[in-house]
Amino acid sequence: MTLEIPKEILRQIHDHGSEAYPEEGAGLLFGHVRGKRRQVKAIFPQNNAREEKARRTRYLIEAEDMFKGEEEATRLGLAVIGVFHSHPDHSNQPSEFDREWAMPWFSYVITSVQSGEDESSRSWRLLDDRSRFVEEEILITSEVAQTNSQR
Amino acid sequence: MSTIRIPTPLRSYTKGETELNVNGSTVGEALADLTNQYPDLAVHLYDDSGVLRAFVNVFINEENIRHLQGVETPLTKGDKLMIIPSIAGG
Repeated sequence: MTLEIPKEILRQIHDHGSEAYPEEGAGLLFGHVRGKRRQVKAIFPQNNAREEKARRTRYLIEAEDMFKGEEEATRLGLAVIGVFHSHPDHSNQPSEFDREWAMPWFSYVITSVQSGEDESSRSWRLLDDRSRFVEEEILITSEVAQTNSQR
Repeated sequence: MSTIRIPTPLRSYTKGETELNVNGSTVGEALADLTNQYPDLAVHLYDDSGVLRAFVNVFINEENIRHLQGVETPLTKGDKLMIIPSIAGG
């Protein structure tokens, strides 16, 4: 399993994580899944909808915003293929809470943001039986982002 | 009969179908019909106690059933249902 992310978009994901620090930042990944090829083409950054005191360790994208994201992706000729979020001062491995709330099929890009600036990302997919995540390789490409769908 | 829209991440369990016909006089019955048609969906919609998972939101004609009568919300012929996940983690 491989997730292709243009370098420019990965930078946008890292910037979003740094800007949200020390809280968690999150958003949707727009792109294509064609056969075994999974490509990110744009991101749809979201506000963390959790209450303020929880935002350092939790994130939430509410259903209404997810619906708007699906509509925006469709408008761009893309699909929502995953989610990105940051772990301030923690590793880029999924937590148990991440697993409990995860959807199958989606790519979950998790960015570790250490001290507000040192970012590194890994991508994960939930197994069909929901038992655990498995890592998928991130392939950084030099492709120019199709569009930047900043809110 | 109602229609129900399946979100992208669950379409691999509905043979790629985006919208399906479901029978039932309540939202709960319609969801039960859906999981009878596509049993592999069930683990992602319900927890071990058979309760809808917290991230599973069902909209009926664009209104969240949590603001209506939950899974007991009655359906009338032609209602359009949508499953929309809320996304969360830590």
